Amino acid sequence: MREFWRRYRMNRAAVGGLVVVVLIAALAVVGPFVHDVDPFEMMGRPYSPPFGEFLLGTDVSGRDILAGIIRGAPVSLLIGVVASLAATLIGVALGAVAGYYGGFIDDALMRTTEFFLTIPSFILAVVIVAIFSPTVVTITAAIAAVSWPSVARLVRGEFIAQREREYVQASRAIGMPDWEIILLQILPNALAPVIVVSTLMVATAILTESGLSFLGLGDPNHVSWGYMIGVARTALRVAWWMTAIPGLMIVIAVIAINLAGEGLNDALNPKLRER
Amino acid sequence: MLRFVIRRLLQLVPVLLAIATLNFFLLQIAPGDAADIIAGQSGHATPEFVAALRAEFGLDQPMWKQYLLYLGKLVTLDLGYSFQYQLPVASLIADRLPSTLLLMVPSLAIAIGLGVALGVVASRRRGGWVDGLVSIGALVVYATPVFWLGLMLIVLFSIQLGWLPSSGMVDVRANPAGLAYALDVARHLVLPVVTMALFYIAIYTRLMRASMLEVYSLDFITTARAKGVPEGGIAWRHAARNALLPVVTLAGLQFGHLLGGSVLVETVFGWPGLGRLVFDSLQQRDLNLLLGILFVSSIVVVVANLLADLTYGVLDPRIVHK
Repeated sequence: MREFWRRYRMNRAAVGGLVVVVLIAALAVVGPFVHDVDPFEMMGRPYSPPFGEFLLGTDVSGRDILAGIIRGAPVSLLIGVVASLAATLIGVALGAVAGYYGGFIDDALMRTTEFFLTIPSFILAVVIVAIFSPTVVTITAAIAAVSWPSVARLVRGEFIAQREREYVQASRAIGMPDWEIILLQILPNALAPVIVVSTLMVATAILTESGLSFLGLGDPNHVSWGYMIGVARTALRVAWWMTAIPGLMIVIAVIAINLAGEGLNDALNPKLRER
Repeated sequence: MLRFVIRRLLQLVPVLLAIATLNFFLLQIAPGDAADIIAGQSGHATPEFVAALRAEFGLDQPMWKQYLLYLGKLVTLDLGYSFQYQLPVASLIADRLPSTLLLMVPSLAIAIGLGVALGVVASRRRGGWVDGLVSIGALVVYATPVFWLGLMLIVLFSIQLGWLPSSGMVDVRANPAGLAYALDVARHLVLPVVTMALFYIAIYTRLMRASMLEVYSLDFITTARAKGVPEGGIAWRHAARNALLPVVTLAGLQFGHLLGGSVLVETVFGWPGLGRLVFDSLQQRDLNLLLGILFVSSIVVVVANLLADLTYGVLDPRIVHK
């Protein structure tokens, strides 16, 4: 762990990314207490520009944009993190089974994975959310449902590389059950690239969520940054900042997560650094 | 070659079947069926009427029969009926698909062209200013929601500068014809195409750069250098051609991603394509139309993958199509 930190700290961009991620998480947790304003409530004159009475101005219905940014942060982050965790679990389960057993199971699972990799995932997510009506849960599930294939493929590759190694053969020889070999012996050795991929997936999930809410497929009970862009869009000609501010938040959050993820990659796989 | 094409076409059958099955499954888990929707729209439907509708659509049959019925309809390109437009889904999609392709194909072409060129330049001077600029640009573009990028481009180029139209495919007031029409469509295409292309330029640049660096380490490049081939010739004629293969694969694979992006971009720019149709069907909860679009766009992706496979053989004659 210490060694890991030392390597992570060498990548300055990654440290910067991590700091920004922590700041946004802090905004999500502490923000509502410091700036306790209902993001759906009309607070003042609509179309107020930033740096006046309201720090970030008001939107088309006179709602406080700062409040929306603060309340939107936990929604975006949570959906991103939970969707990516769920996708990782599905991907690890399918990839591990496919890679460990090989043969027919592998064929069947990998054809399914490839199928999900080919079909347009965003459109599939749109269809799923539209069928089940948008809530935080269905949005998270839909993003997870379209994100797992890349993890499955990665994990399968790792398992194939490991399954004939001596320690696996030894485990088999002493009669260890398959599930124990998969979970306790091989998986820990295959985990490093999975952690990196699922970190980067948080960023993609946040982008997907913003796209869904922009199309009107957001949870009506929670503000999200994508929803704010969708609402502000009608006022693009008179108040471009209304659209710009939540979009900038998404860009900053996603860049930060990507930098942190790449740093994780360098720190976990020092041999790959050169590439 | 012909045999390869036929074999690849046969491989499409299970994929198409899987797409159809997924669609059927989604239709099954959706609350309410077509009969409910029609009954709901007519407002005062008797239970007998709904039952008659169910019988007409085959919704009273057992699941496996409905499935076969559904497959049979798909084979005849019957994707059902759009309640919102009062038109068959297939004809609605056929109407809109060309506009979407008109948006996607130039975006992809520009992305591959520029991405490959930038990737080669960046790989030749590793750590140079082009390389640095490309990395930073990619980092930012990767993180930008495509619809937001489109909106910001509208703010800059349509609202502030007034250079380009912000919405639609053609200026309805001017109602141009002939060459003027084509030029007007091209003008309307600029912003949406740039919006779509930027993300992929970043992806292909990075991929091409990595791929070039890999090819540079191979023996035949050393041989070419030893023979005295100029560096420019090595980069473009020897290395780039080989480095292009992963780019082609990814372009085929990402066609689905591109279609997803076009839903958002078309919504932003009011482009009358499939994506805009998705947005409209969402407003009206027109599931039939939505599932039809998913079905057709999946087929478009599968065909794009096939084309990518065929391009492979042209780029690299060592891949023999047996």
